[in-house]
Order: sequence, then structure tokens, then C-alpha cells
Amino acid sequence: MGGMLHLVIRNLTRKKLRTFFTVASIIIAFILFALLGGLNRAFTAGVELAGADRLVTQHKVSFIQPIPVAYVSRVQSMDGVRAAAHYTWFGAYFQDPRQQFGLFPTELELLDDIYPEYEIPPEQHERLLATRTGLLVGEAMAAQYGWEVGDRVPIFSTIYPRIDGSYSWEFEIAAIFTGTGNTADEMQAFMHYEYFNEARQFGQDTVGWIVTRVEDPDRAEDIAEKIDARFANSPTETKTSTEAGWMAGFAAQFGNIGLIVRLVLACVFFTLLLISGNTMAQAVRERTGELAVMKTIGFSDGRVVLLVLAESLTVAVIGGVIGLLLGTLFVYGAASALAQFFPGLAMSAGTLGWGLALAVALGLVTGGPPAWRAARLRVVDALGRR
Amino acid sequence: MNESIVQVRNVVKHYRKGREAVEVLHGLSLEIAAGDFCALMGPSGSGKTTLLNLIGGLDQPTSGEIEVNGERIDQLDSRALSRWRSQRVGFIFQFYNLMPVLTAQRNVELPLLLKKMSARERRERALTALEIVGLKDRAKHLPRELSGGQEQRVAIARAIVSDPDLLLADEPTGDLDRDTANEILDLLGTLNTRHGKTILMVTHDPVAAERARRTVHLDKGSILEAA
Amino acid sequence: MEQILAITWQNLKSIPGRLGTSMVAVVGVAGVVAVLVAVLSMARGFESTMESGTSPDNVVVLRSGSSSELDSGFDGEQTRLITQSSYLETASPEVYVIVDLAKKSTGTDANVPMRGVGPDGPSVRTGFEIIEGRVFSPGRKELVVGVGAAGQFVGLEVGNTLEFGTERWDVVGIFETGGAADSELWTDAPVLQGAYRRGNSYSVVYGKLNSVADFAAFKDELTTNPQLSVRVEREADYFAEQSEALSTFISVVGYGIALLMALGALFGALNTMYTAVSDRAREIATLRAIGFAPGAVVASVMVEAMLLALIGGILGAGISWLLFNGFTVSTLSFTSFTQVVFAFAVTPDLLVQGLVIALAIGLVGGIAPAIRAARVPIVAGLRE
Repeated sequence: MGGMLHLVIRNLTRKKLRTFFTVASIIIAFILFALLGGLNRAFTAGVELAGADRLVTQHKVSFIQPIPVAYVSRVQSMDGVRAAAHYTWFGAYFQDPRQQFGLFPTELELLDDIYPEYEIPPEQHERLLATRTGLLVGEAMAAQYGWEVGDRVPIFSTIYPRIDGSYSWEFEIAAIFTGTGNTADEMQAFMHYEYFNEARQFGQDTVGWIVTRVEDPDRAEDIAEKIDARFANSPTETKTSTEAGWMAGFAAQFGNIGLIVRLVLACVFFTLLLISGNTMAQAVRERTGELAVMKTIGFSDGRVVLLVLAESLTVAVIGGVIGLLLGTLFVYGAASALAQFFPGLAMSAGTLGWGLALAVALGLVTGGPPAWRAARLRVVDALGRR
Repeated sequence: MNESIVQVRNVVKHYRKGREAVEVLHGLSLEIAAGDFCALMGPSGSGKTTLLNLIGGLDQPTSGEIEVNGERIDQLDSRALSRWRSQRVGFIFQFYNLMPVLTAQRNVELPLLLKKMSARERRERALTALEIVGLKDRAKHLPRELSGGQEQRVAIARAIVSDPDLLLADEPTGDLDRDTANEILDLLGTLNTRHGKTILMVTHDPVAAERARRTVHLDKGSILEAA
Repeated sequence: MEQILAITWQNLKSIPGRLGTSMVAVVGVAGVVAVLVAVLSMARGFESTMESGTSPDNVVVLRSGSSSELDSGFDGEQTRLITQSSYLETASPEVYVIVDLAKKSTGTDANVPMRGVGPDGPSVRTGFEIIEGRVFSPGRKELVVGVGAAGQFVGLEVGNTLEFGTERWDVVGIFETGGAADSELWTDAPVLQGAYRRGNSYSVVYGKLNSVADFAAFKDELTTNPQLSVRVEREADYFAEQSEALSTFISVVGYGIALLMALGALFGALNTMYTAVSDRAREIATLRAIGFAPGAVVASVMVEAMLLALIGGILGAGISWLLFNGFTVSTLSFTSFTQVVFAFAVTPDLLVQGLVIALAIGLVGGIAPAIRAARVPIVAGLRE
């Protein structure tokens, strides 16, 4: 076995430049694969975070229309509902109006019932509930802006002026929460709805949307329908979907990102297939005489096939693994640089798994035809060919 | 001499050239005794290489029988023939003998990869074979670092490393100068007399043929009655 | 010079024998150029949609501190102060909201802009034209639909009735401006205010200045008025700013991918050229033995490499142009949170960029093998 491996490696290093170039182009393709996988995930990160037992209820006509806060208690009292709370888009920015982030006025006491995955240290939690202008900030966001518990910060709203006409709202950083490890959920902040509702100039007693946690995820769709039925034919009709569906719909607004990604990858891999496949075929063609000699020694057709496939697989898998590793590094580098816009940019095990499978497939497909030809090689013809 | 190790009985061989079948061997019969050193001579196109290939199990006769060491190799399928070759025959060619990417030692080890053997055992056997051909000190050299004659000796070492009964050589000295050719022929002679290897050698060089114990002449696919 | 031509000609004639490897280089380069041109044409198309249909004497007035029309707003009094400026020839105070419509391509809902315009709305937009049906009647829940939106979203045919919540709107016409407005639905401003309970407030004012030079004075007038807190921009500047984020994103991603692919194609080209050179080692050595200068050998290899690359470039550019030019898509604009409809624009300068990259790959891919070809000792080459 070791002997065969030795032969495979020596064959691959026969023309070092050629092997290097082939492996290099495979590495490139897999870097792209990793990057695009990360990008795809950035757009769909929300879907992964979505809880199977959560529903989102918004104004039926459009997301930007507010709904009455009274709706929440009506939803809370419905059968099968474990908890319900409201949220509103504040349109917040810290210093640069072009870098808005998610700040949501809500009933902070209920946050834990809806998003139990957020963890807040108990003393901070107490402080948060006791401070009217208190702000709950995700760890990633606090790190981004350099905020610490106790800091007083002014945050602007692009939408809501205060009664005094100013768009600047004062906050005290009261607590910092950690999420599920996916930075997307840590790039958020929450404030007391009371503070918001009492100081806002317009839109009192309205909210942006309601998030409901149901007791039984299997009944989620069912309850969603019931909620909308409850408010049908009223001046403000609603549209309720599962959180995953809502997030997916949002991602779909960018257009069919998944499709574009896959098209680009297909183009890249097709080109790559041609390059490696051709190189492989070339390498085998050059060795017709040697392969014939091996057959005379007693290597069966099957063994010769394995030899050729082993070569192409080695090239493809080595290139693939290196490419995926490098790509992952780049994704993490980009993720910290772009945390603002793409909090979900990260590498997923799925992407890596698919990448590896693809590398193996590449090895088999590029090695296949030459291996087949090597198997069918007739020794007497090959040796006679001088 | 001894009992025959190779028996060729009424072998006919056709090749297809497009639509036509060309008959290369016409009902040929031949016996080679164990321990013999036999030269196969004849003009080009006489079928001597074809006959060698058939005896070596590289090809199948169209009709007729070939028996080597009691085994009917004309009845074996391709896979069985591969296995048979790895155990029973050693080949030596005019060109393309060695893998350019492997050292002399590794080249000689090649047939041993087909057997169950530890790496250490393989190495030992290979070095032994190299010693027999007088190239043990060149074990770590690559073929391009060896002269033509040295390459051929390594090829011979490879051919004997799995201890086959039969050595088949196709123009082994065809590409070598006079002196080197003589060295190779000396080596083959030693293998025959001292190590008891049966050798069948195809050649068109009468000087080479003289080193053999007997010569069989072929012309147009049939054996000429000896001269 | 004739030496170069002679050798090159001989090289090229032998390509059919090396068709496989040569095709590799060609296809590799074609792939790179195709992807680059396609993605950049997306960015280019987006930019040009946003910026066309603008006029240098048009202005946009928003609330100061707002990032787009979506979060901008004035009350009735402020709006009056703006529209009554003496510098404005015409003004259209407008209301900007979002409605959900299903995208034809994905079947899921998307945010589509709906705009209530003043009576002068159409005339402020250069190039506004009704291409089907008629404009909405004031006071009625009627819509005219931008040609871009009509193509991308479900249910926007003339004669159709749309239901938003409890309101029903009739689609009475389709319009075209050649600009960003083609992604929108338009109706009468007061009607929209009523339907969305906006009272007498507006989101934005679009206006046409009496003369281009009046911009500075107009801006001063509004920004120094203590009753107003506004942002005044030229129409073109405003749209450029709106499109910046998305088009930068597309460009960065596009160039990034293309660069990586170019690297891959480069390796393919290097492979091809090294093979070409080693396959003909004996020929090249013979030529040099005869007396051809090494420089000529180098040049001929370079020419071959660049020619293959150029063919690949033309192929790739051609494919992109055929497949993508004019292809319409819509996506979410980061700033206004609404869908923007635009068409891929494969412009001549993009094609040129593609060809330049192709030649660059050919150049870099040819140099090293070319030098190697010229440096192999003649004697060694003859022995091959």
C-alpha cells in the first residue's frame, strides 16, 4: 500500500510545474466556493436563526405601516400562544447616518420569553429593567462601538423625532447580551417601549410588528392563520408568517441570490474541470508506454485504473482542502470587516462538507476517462507503438 | 535436457486490419525445455515478437494451445493472466523499461507490490536482485542518472526479483553499443547457467543469438526447420 | 521581425495538434471575461438606471438627517414653504410609502415603492411618458405603474385591481421615464395621504429650478429658514448617493470573483504554454540552430499566448453580451429598502475591460514559458 502511494506521489511530482498549476487552479476554485458559500449564508443567516416556534405578525399592506399596540394583548390571550411581544424599527444610527442598525423599542420584561437564547448577566438585567433610558446591546455591537455598561450614549433616529423636535435620543448602556454565537443576532439593541412611546412626537400606541412564541411548533402555521383571521376586516389587517418564512422572504428580496451564486460556481467549476481534466488526460497519455510495462509486470487493468484515479483524486482533494481552508480564513477576515452590513457572514459546516464532496467528485470525473483508457490499453499495441 | 517448460501447440494468430484479418502465425508448434536459453530470430514481420507476447500471456492465440509450466494460459482470462504474469514471468524490453520517476531500487520493487510483503522485505529482495546484476551501489539513482546498459541491468533485476521461472526478452540489446550489449548478454548467460532461469530472447542480432544455447528461426509466421 | 512572424506562423499551424491544451487556455480566459463582464454590467446597469432620467436643473428636498425618502417627512406648512420658493419653476410635493407585491421571479413578497405625486409630478420627471393606458385621475384610487415594476411584479396589468389592506386600487396605465421611477407605482398624493392616514404631510419635494445656476441660492434660501430643517440636493447627486452602496457592493464582489478566476485562468494558460513549449522543444532548438534569434523565439511564444487569450476574451465577452445585455432584474436597494428594477448594461467600455484582462492573462501566462523556451541549450533541445 505504501509502495503504491509512493508511486502515485512520484508520478504527480513528475512535472512539478504542471501539477503545481493544476493544484493552484483547483485551490482558487475552492476558495471561491467557500467565499460564495459564506456570502450565501450571509443572506440567509436570518433563516437559520429563526426559531421554529416563533411567528411574526406585521401590517398586511406593508412592513412600514404601524399596527396598534392593543393587538398584542389580544394575541397573548389566544389559545396555543406561549408569549407575545411587540417590536418597532427605530431607524437608529450612532454617528454615521448611513450606518443604521437594529434598535427595537419593546417590552424588555418579555424579551426572555420570546428570545430565550439571549443571555444577560443577572445584575445587568436588573439594572436594565430599573433604568427607563436603559439600552440592551448585543456583545458584537457593543464591541463595534466601544460601549460599556454605564456609558451614556446619544442615538439618532431617522424616523422618530421627540416631542421637542429633536431626533437625538439619550440612552444609558445598561446591559450587554450574548446570543447564539452567530453575530447576526448580536448586532441588535433593545430599548424600553415606555420611554419611546412617551417621548415620541407621533405614532403613539403603535408598534411595528409582533413576535409570538407558540407552545407547539407543529401548530405554528395554524395559529398564524388564526391571528390574521382575528384582525381581518378591521381597519388594520395583519399578515402573519413563521419567523423563518419571514426572514426567507426578506432574503428573497435581494433576488435569487442562491441562484446567482450557483450559476457563478457552475461556470467556475466547468472551466476548472476542463483545465484539470485536460491535464490529467495529458499526463496519462504521456505514460502509455510505462503503463503498458506495468501491465506486463502483472498489474491488472483494475489496478491501473486505481492508480490513475488515485492520482487525480490526490490532486483534487489536496487542492480542495487547501482552497476551502484559505476560503474559510478569508470569510472570517471579511466577516469582521463587514460585520456592519453582513452580520451573518460566516462559514458553515454544510458548505465545507459540500466542498469536500465536490473535490472528490472532481477527482473522479477528471480521472475517469483517462483511467478508462488506461484500463483498455492493449499492451501489445502500446509496446509496438514506437 | 529437462522437461519442457513451454509448450506451444498449433497456435494460429490473426490480427484485424480494418475489415481484413491478417494471419501472423500459421499453426505454429514449439517446445522449450526448462533451463534453456533460446533465441528467436527472423526478419521483421516474421511474427517473433507476436510469439513472445503469446508465450508471455500478453495476448491470446486465435486458436491453438499454450502451456507454461503445466498451466494452459490460453484459457485464462485477463485478470488471471495478470496474476500469472506477476508470479511466473519476467519481461525485458528494448525501450521504456523503467519508470523515470522511481529510483532503481523502487523500480525493481515494482513487481513485489503485487504480493503480500512488508516494505522491509521488498527492499531486501530488490537489493538482492540488484546485487546479482552488479548495481547494488546504484540503488538510489534515478534512470536518467544511469547509462543505457545500467538501465537495462536494472530492468533485468526487476524481471528476476519475484523469482519467475521464465524470462522473456524482446531485443534487449537493440539499443545498446557493442560492449554494453556484451555485458547484458553475459548477465543473461549467468542467469541461465548459474541461476537456472529459462530464457527466451527475440533478437535480430546474430552475435546475440550466438550466446544462446539454441536458435529458432521464424519466417512469415512459421518455424523454419533448423539450420 | 520577419523572424517573429515566421516562427509564430509555424507555431500557430501546429496548434491543431495541441487542440486540447490550447482549448483549455481559451476556455479559461473566456470564463473569466464572461463572469467579469456579466457582473460589472449588473453594477453598470444599476447605476445608469439610477442616474438616467435626471436633469441638471432638477432638485430633491428631504428632511435633514434622513437617509432616503422613506424616513423623510414634512408637515403641510413646511411643504408649502418649500414649494413656494421663487427659484422653482415647478414643484411636486410627494408622499412615499412601501407596499408588498409578489415578485414574479421568486413568488415571494417584496417591498415596492408607491408614490403619491402632485399634479406637476410627471412634468418634473424628464422623459415621463405614458406608454399604455392613461394617467390616474385626481382624487381617485387609481395607479399608473412604472414599466420596470410592471415587468417584475405580479398583478400590474392595465385594468387590474390591486388590494392593499382594505383599499382597492385600479391600475389604469403604464409609464416610462428611463430612470429609477420606473420601479414605482404612482397615484395622486392627496389620495395616498388619505389611504395611509398621513394627514397633510409629505415625504419629499421634487422640483425644477428656473435655471441651473439657481441651485446655490435655492439651497441657501431653504437651509437658512428657521422653520425648515432640510437637505437640498441636485437630483443626479441624490440618486448617485442612493445607488452608491449597492453598486459598490456589486462591483466589489464582481471584481473580487473575476480576479480570483483570472488567477485560475492564468494557471491554466501557464500550463498550456509550458506544454506548448516543451512539445516543440526540438523544433525550437532546430530554429535556433539554424540561426533564429532567441528574442524572436520569445516573442513568438508570447504572441501565441496572447492570441489564444484574445480569442478566449472575445468569446467570453461575446457570450456575456448575448446573454446578459438588457436582461432585467430587480433587487433590494440598501438605502431605500425598496425594490429597484434595472437592466444589465453591457457597455463597450466593459467589453474593452474584458479584452484587456484577457490580454493581460495571455501576457503573464506567456512570459515565463517563452523565456524558458529561449534559454534551453540548443543541444539539449535537439536531443528531445
